[in-house]
Amino acid sequence: MKCAVIQFAGSSGDSDCYHVCKNILEKPVEYVFYKESFAPEDFDLIILPGGASHGDYLRPGALAARSKVMKSVIDAAKAKKFVLGIGNGFQILLEAGLLPGAVLINKDLKFFSNDVFVRVENTDTPFTSLFKKGEMIRLTLACKYGNYYADTDTIKCLKADNRIVFTYCGENGNTFESNPTGSLENIAGIVNPAGNVLGLMPHPERCAEELLGNTDGLRIFESIVRYIERGKTHGIS
Amino acid sequence: MASRDEAKKLGLTDLEYDEILKILGREPNYLELTLYSVMWSEHCSYKNSKVVLKRLPTEGPQVLQGPGENAGIVDIGENLAIVMKVESHNHPSAVEPYQGAATGAGGVIRDIFAMGARPIALLNSLRFGSLDNPRAKFLFKGAVAGIGDYGNVIGIPTIGGEVYFDDAYKENPLVNAMCVGIIRHDKIVRGKAAGIGNSVMVVGAATGRDGMHGASFASGELSDDNPDQGSPMQVGDPFKEKQLMEACLELLEKEWVIGVQDMGAAGVVSSTCETAARAGSGIELDVALVHQRDENMKPYEIMISESQERMLVIVEKGHEDDVKQIFKKWGLEAEKFGTVTDDGMLRILENGKVVGEVPAKSLAEGVPIVKRESKRPSYLDNLTVDISKLPEPDDLNEVLLKLFDLPNIASKAYVYNQFDQTAGTDTVVSPGSDAAVLRIKGSKKGIAVSIDGNGYYCYLDPYEGGKQVVAEAARNLVVTGAKPLALTDGLNFGNPEKPEVYYQFEECIKGISEASKDLGIPVISGNVSFYNEGKESTVYPTPIIGMVGVLEDVNKHCTMEFKKSGDLVVLLGENTDEIGGSVYLKEILNIVGGPAPRLNLDDELNVQKCCLKAIELGLVNSAHDVSDGGLAVALAECCIAGKLGFEGEIEADIRPDVLLFGEGQSRIILSLSEENFEALNQLSKEMNVKLSVLGKVKPDIINVRIRRNGSVAGEINVSLGKITEVSKNAIKRRVENVR
Repeated sequence: MKCAVIQFAGSSGDSDCYHVCKNILEKPVEYVFYKESFAPEDFDLIILPGGASHGDYLRPGALAARSKVMKSVIDAAKAKKFVLGIGNGFQILLEAGLLPGAVLINKDLKFFSNDVFVRVENTDTPFTSLFKKGEMIRLTLACKYGNYYADTDTIKCLKADNRIVFTYCGENGNTFESNPTGSLENIAGIVNPAGNVLGLMPHPERCAEELLGNTDGLRIFESIVRYIERGKTHGIS
Repeated sequence: MASRDEAKKLGLTDLEYDEILKILGREPNYLELTLYSVMWSEHCSYKNSKVVLKRLPTEGPQVLQGPGENAGIVDIGENLAIVMKVESHNHPSAVEPYQGAATGAGGVIRDIFAMGARPIALLNSLRFGSLDNPRAKFLFKGAVAGIGDYGNVIGIPTIGGEVYFDDAYKENPLVNAMCVGIIRHDKIVRGKAAGIGNSVMVVGAATGRDGMHGASFASGELSDDNPDQGSPMQVGDPFKEKQLMEACLELLEKEWVIGVQDMGAAGVVSSTCETAARAGSGIELDVALVHQRDENMKPYEIMISESQERMLVIVEKGHEDDVKQIFKKWGLEAEKFGTVTDDGMLRILENGKVVGEVPAKSLAEGVPIVKRESKRPSYLDNLTVDISKLPEPDDLNEVLLKLFDLPNIASKAYVYNQFDQTAGTDTVVSPGSDAAVLRIKGSKKGIAVSIDGNGYYCYLDPYEGGKQVVAEAARNLVVTGAKPLALTDGLNFGNPEKPEVYYQFEECIKGISEASKDLGIPVISGNVSFYNEGKESTVYPTPIIGMVGVLEDVNKHCTMEFKKSGDLVVLLGENTDEIGGSVYLKEILNIVGGPAPRLNLDDELNVQKCCLKAIELGLVNSAHDVSDGGLAVALAECCIAGKLGFEGEIEADIRPDVLLFGEGQSRIILSLSEENFEALNQLSKEMNVKLSVLGKVKPDIINVRIRRNGSVAGEINVSLGKITEVSKNAIKRRVENVR
């Protein structure tokens, strides 16, 4: 399998994702600059990293979603390649229409940086197959605009289709205990109907090494690598 | 031509004006006079501090670059080096805290990548008035958000810092930002305009009228009645800085790059005359070629503008288009506007016509050095406190809880949780500990970084305080298992023209020099900020020490929190009966006084060496130094961080409150499994360090009994949950609940 990490103007999580692919997962990985394009068959996994692309000007992700490389990302998503958007990458997926909804500024209007507990709500996605349903994991959250919002019908649809993959929860696993950004339904991450595009606000790439104190995030990468390498048919089973 | 009167209006003294006449052999014109006025301001020239700063030890085998460049560089082995610098942005932050703090971070980041290094971490040191004061609260919130947003957007983690509140900083907050970068030895670039005929280029943002006279603004006291100051504020654009950083780092890989310099204070003029002075060359430039964002800018405005996110680049002739191409990729402009010459002059043209011409070296280094008058302040004679006359508290639990409700002691999570701490995936130990630890990808090594200051100690005893702040910064590294290597100093003082302030400055530097010499930690970069005064108040003399240390094996790093119930808790170093300068005396008993605690540098070094060795040998499970709030606070901090309690009995012939809350120096709390005790005991004996058992790690309760002459003289017994809660909410409740 081959990974791509998209470098938008302003991305800073690009090197973190590259490091995980190359040195932890030991998979071939390439940077793709936002002014470039690629063909759907070039990569199996395309990562949209975190970091304020275009300085979060206008709206987080809004300008990046309109850059040249995104046409290639959308084509690859249509071709059932896997796309993972992390932090600002999630915001770009929302702005590009690959995932529904939007993010608002966090409920307390401040940047939030800390480890949070997240519950894995759906383990039937290619990104979460190594987790147990309802399992509580710890991930690093670092964002100012992580307050997920969508209209009532979209939320209904996300729930009905089991597309809410991660929710914020407290240390006892209850969603009512903690919702650091103020997201509707405590949403921390969602997947598209086909199951090949995942966006999440917390940073799994920062939770992928013992030395850094946490490997919960690595399992998201390992899940998708295993799925791709087993050559399973795409989509939610 | 510009007269003596105009020189005075621009802040130049008679002596300085005479010097200019001597240098030029004629009267300067207005442009030339303006250049001297900004370059010879305290902020750019260090004219008030140079003589004293010479005391600081700046050399050592590990030093690759000492003071005098954009930033200092220290060798950490394996062809790797750490680049670091601290810088103040106090005056701008007093006016507009968000932009003031943001651009402070922006400036120091540029200093790091100007050397060719990739910035990997930010730290900050912040001081404000008491949070009961609405203005202080506004400044605090703004500065934290500003410094946070800048680092967060650019994607450099903020891994450490300190915040302190006291009304000495009510009118004039202190905002010091520190940046740390990493570089391979062979990639180091210096700020030099060498090679006759080479091209001088300005890259990055366009030049506007923002930040006019910023350097002069920083070199006077803050007041409302200085209408002629223009608009000294700069506005930061972290996105542009990120682009600039990536473009510069890409550029600096090229062998045809000669030199790079940040366009910080005094913009074009400082960067051109300093790079020329370092190379012994001259520069001829045309201001009309600088890309501008305001209309009809005059030559002097272009020369001194402090528009942010710009750099000066000197490249071999013929590579101008290569530079442009790299910057275009990152959406930035790059323009050649000058040439390196051999006549030592900074020659300024406007559309080909010479409008000003002065020796570059005279601007950068020619300021007449001032040796200020120094006088010991009289308040220093009235600080003695007689312990026996102090009331003894009935309830030590209450005292401990009150201490943890003080913003200066409480958890600073409210602040650092607004800073991205883990971007870059190198943060092994994040804020909230004694020092942050970073791993270095591709190496076994790690580094530890801390930033510390104690203006209050320095106020009570400038010399001891200066020593103490270096020792504490080093101790904070040592408890992580890192060997301290080098420091950067941010020196924040009042008006140096006042003999009492100058005395504080001299004495602090004396203390810093002695400690850094004895502990073997040279000064490799720094910043001086004077005139930190308002109408009613002068800041405490506040030297801030940023320090870096190296861990040969980052896997062996140590942290402060208690790890295991049943572990033995011991103290390295000696308890003393010093109460002077303590938070307890100041905030609980409301007495500003006592001499600050004494520091014996030999004892300090022994304690630090012993702790380092114990960590290296894997004998201990946690290490934490005793500082603000004393032994009881330090013990509770180990408990809160580890979510475990403590039980123990301390036998001493010292009053319980003094023993628990006094701030005697050179003490470190360790926890270890019992089987390692004998080895540690042996080690401490060999190193001539006193070791005493304090108690054991236990669940849930913090219980400390003090025995004096055989009977229990005092006791702390509080629940861990309670104290954790108090500590967590102390800052938040003051900032958010009160409107």
